[in-house]
Amino acid sequence: MSKTATEIEQPDAEQDDTALFGFWIFLMSDAVIFALLFATYGTMTQATAGGPTAAAEFKLVPTFIETLLLLTSSATFGRASVAMKYDEPRRVLFFWLFVTLGLGLVFLGFEAKDFADMFADGAYPSRSGFLSAFFALVPLHGLHVVAGCFWLIVMIVQVRVIGLDRRVKLNLLRLGLFWHFLDVVWIAIFSVVYLGGHIA
Amino acid sequence: MKNGTERRTELRTYAVGYLLALALTGAAFAAVVWPSFAAGTTLAIVLGLALVQAVVHFRCFLHITMQRASRHDLQLILFSTLIIVMMVGGTMVLLMNLRTRMM
Repeated sequence: MSKTATEIEQPDAEQDDTALFGFWIFLMSDAVIFALLFATYGTMTQATAGGPTAAAEFKLVPTFIETLLLLTSSATFGRASVAMKYDEPRRVLFFWLFVTLGLGLVFLGFEAKDFADMFADGAYPSRSGFLSAFFALVPLHGLHVVAGCFWLIVMIVQVRVIGLDRRVKLNLLRLGLFWHFLDVVWIAIFSVVYLGGHIA
Repeated sequence: MKNGTERRTELRTYAVGYLLALALTGAAFAAVVWPSFAAGTTLAIVLGLALVQAVVHFRCFLHITMQRASRHDLQLILFSTLIIVMMVGGTMVLLMNLRTRMM
């Protein structure tokens, strides 16, 4: 018998670091996908084919509110991470996880409203190269947030049912990296797509 | 007691990151909504602020520092950045050149 059950159940800290490093590799490959969609978008900004333009379609105030929602959700997730790390009462952890989830869902609501308004204006993906590139890039980030919210629900259930064992903690750390990473991607989208679209 | 200090330092890191992120986003937003520079300068300011904000996020939220504990992560991020710069830069040069020639 080479490994006892406890050794398998309780991998050491070095293995935890390796697991998180593996997740970083996933995040960075995801970053490459986003970067190339940004490059495609950058080359397509003028290709409006006589259709809706960036300045006409992008509303700055709602997207600014979306930015604030995501920034705040990053801070609240950070607060949840601290609650987990320092073994604060379980309800503190749940509170901040639920606040993060709520902010994520409100963000998705705002974004869905933006897209619905664009569709109502005749700005749909097949209208022009510009809009195809836009709808390849921005909703992909939205899909990531949907996945993040689903993952948050799964983690709330895991903490509730399993408790904070090593694996659940590791999963929460991974989700934290994912969530903060999505925030960085959104900053790029807000700056390049939305603010960039309004610079005359 | 040591635990309490560490916890407070960590909370402060998140708070500082949050405030810096708000300030940088607000500055970029203001630069576009109340334009006071030429378009090219404004674009450069917005992209510059975004870059600084990305660094703030990596430092304060993702805990990437120069310490040994996150050295591997930092190397991975810098290498990925190099790949991204080459691929995005190459794409932009090629397609912008093509666009100019097609006009």
